[in-house]
Amino acid sequence: MPDLTPDEVLDELQPIFREVLGDEGLTVKRSSNALNTPNWDSLAHIDLIEMVERHFKVKFGLGELQDLKEVGDLVDLILEKKG
Amino acid sequence: MIDLNSCSIDEILSKRRSLRRELSAATNLQELRIAVLGGSTTDELVNLLELLLLSSGFRPVFHQSEYCRFYEDAVVDPQALIDFKPDLVYIHTSCLNTQNVPPLNCAEADLPGYVQAETARYCQIWDSLESNVGCQLIQNNFEASPRAILGNMDSVSPGGMSRFLMQLNIAFAQETAKRPRVILQDVHGISARLGIRQWFDWNRYFMYKLLLTPEANLELARSLASIVRAMYGKSRKVLVLDLDNTLWGGVIGDDGIDKIQIGRETPVAEAYTAFQEYCLSLRNRGILLAVCSKNTEEIAKSGFAHPSSILKLDHFSCFKANWEPKHENLLAIAAELNLGVDSLVFVDDNPAERAIVEAQLPSVAVPNVGSEVSRFADFIEQGRYFEPLSISSEDLKRAALYAENSQRAVMEKKFANYGEYLDSLEMVAEIDTFKPVYLERIAQLTNKTNQFNLTTRRYTVAEMESALGGSGYLGLYGKLADRFGDNGLISVVLGRKDSDALHMDLWLMSCRVLKRDMEFAMLDAVVDRASRMGVKTIFGYFIPTKKNGMVSEFYSTLGFQPSNVLPSDLPEGSTAWKLDLAGYTGRNRHIKILEYSNA
Repeated sequence: MPDLTPDEVLDELQPIFREVLGDEGLTVKRSSNALNTPNWDSLAHIDLIEMVERHFKVKFGLGELQDLKEVGDLVDLILEKKG
Repeated sequence: MIDLNSCSIDEILSKRRSLRRELSAATNLQELRIAVLGGSTTDELVNLLELLLLSSGFRPVFHQSEYCRFYEDAVVDPQALIDFKPDLVYIHTSCLNTQNVPPLNCAEADLPGYVQAETARYCQIWDSLESNVGCQLIQNNFEASPRAILGNMDSVSPGGMSRFLMQLNIAFAQETAKRPRVILQDVHGISARLGIRQWFDWNRYFMYKLLLTPEANLELARSLASIVRAMYGKSRKVLVLDLDNTLWGGVIGDDGIDKIQIGRETPVAEAYTAFQEYCLSLRNRGILLAVCSKNTEEIAKSGFAHPSSILKLDHFSCFKANWEPKHENLLAIAAELNLGVDSLVFVDDNPAERAIVEAQLPSVAVPNVGSEVSRFADFIEQGRYFEPLSISSEDLKRAALYAENSQRAVMEKKFANYGEYLDSLEMVAEIDTFKPVYLERIAQLTNKTNQFNLTTRRYTVAEMESALGGSGYLGLYGKLADRFGDNGLISVVLGRKDSDALHMDLWLMSCRVLKRDMEFAMLDAVVDRASRMGVKTIFGYFIPTKKNGMVSEFYSTLGFQPSNVLPSDLPEGSTAWKLDLAGYTGRNRHIKILEYSNA
């Protein structure tokens, strides 16, 4: 996946969020987070991270995981890892 | 439908929720209440186990302990667990949960004390669960230590973690072997097969206290699902094998006996020999072998005359070599062995044959073994089809018994009438009330008999024990031997007395003694004991399932009359029958009866 744009990364994240959060109609934005997105609890978070890592073939560091606040952070982190 | 057995963890994770929806829609799933007491976060494991159990015909309901409260929830405050009424409790712990770890400078003489102290902590858990909850328990043993502080010495020195865990695993094996309600899950072996580096996930541990990788959790879940299937009589019983390029290299019809590859002469021949040895070892532990091959029968059989063939013709309980489609032969094999098609595992190197069997008979297990004989055994192992809960001497003898049955079938043809044949068998039955020494076998038979089973009620050893103690119960077992060998304990009946009536909660028999009049001998014994208890009428019930059609008219054959008093808790389609004991005359004509004697 060379030269991914932030929008492309966000697009690829959508089906993962829909599957894990069990909401076919869900569209997450950069500002989406666990507080403003239904069903995004700590257990869903574990699944989200696992599936994102596997989908993009990246491994996040502990510090990076700890600092994730919202979807935008995740997009930037993926781009940084893939870049 | 997706085959969860061959699915990668990535596929499962990415579709878990839709899979769950799809599988939950099935009807006839059996509810199963499972409590998981974990030493780390167990949600992912539970989610995976749920999928696997759904696909095995169960509808699991889970209860999980608070994080790392496995000891407290079992020993200190078990009320939540008692209220949940589990059918099964799984205690999932790892080497990180051990508390009595010996210090590095531990002396050899002091090591057993640490092992004993740690084992005692778990014994407390098992004791408490056995007395408070009373269901089956599954306890895992320990994986190898993730770190070896002492290098190779870690498994030598009494202060090494590796050495401690080895000794602890031996202590767990010895302790759980004494406890019929505790099943040990061999995490030591499971984790070794996956690899310790792929077992632990430290980032997930520090982030969420989730110790294992998804790959590890999937292996654990697969192993648990196979144990559950075994508990409920769903382990498979027969390995059905193709011949050409499966049991030997080459095509016997073209190459002839001299050219097929088997023996020690070439690497390929050695690999086929190793696979035959693997099949034989399964047979030696009680799994039946059968052949299903597109061949002319005589030519097919000639392959086993090869001097290097490990398998001989008499190792097979059933042999089908013809030009009919394989799925039809598999149906015939199941029918001949008196087993369900869902007892079969079919191994064939030819993907086209596997595909047609998969499509025509979805309940036959068809592992994708590929075409490389050196891998066949690995793929069969990965399916965990033949999981046993206990290795009884019955299991070890079963294969021989089925061979004897085929001999009987051959003899049967020569007699003028069936009674003459039955007399020629010189049958001797031991029929008596439940004895503690047989309880395990009684429970095992009760939980895996599907066809000749009037009510298909399942009982644990614990529940059988309470029936044994209660004065309102009449539990009888039957063993049957004949001139060809001992069939072992093959029939169980359990009646519940209510004033002058006896209600038969359970009546079942192993299909290996079908048509031997054993049911008449059992009835005589029931009537005899029941009369002595003051019973005037016996009520029998038939609860239909997918598999027990063969006994729908059973009570009628025994001389019972239809009864219109059907307990309201029986499902639709059930029937009730009654027999007045006044004027009853013995029905058994061909079996000599003995009572229990431990002499």
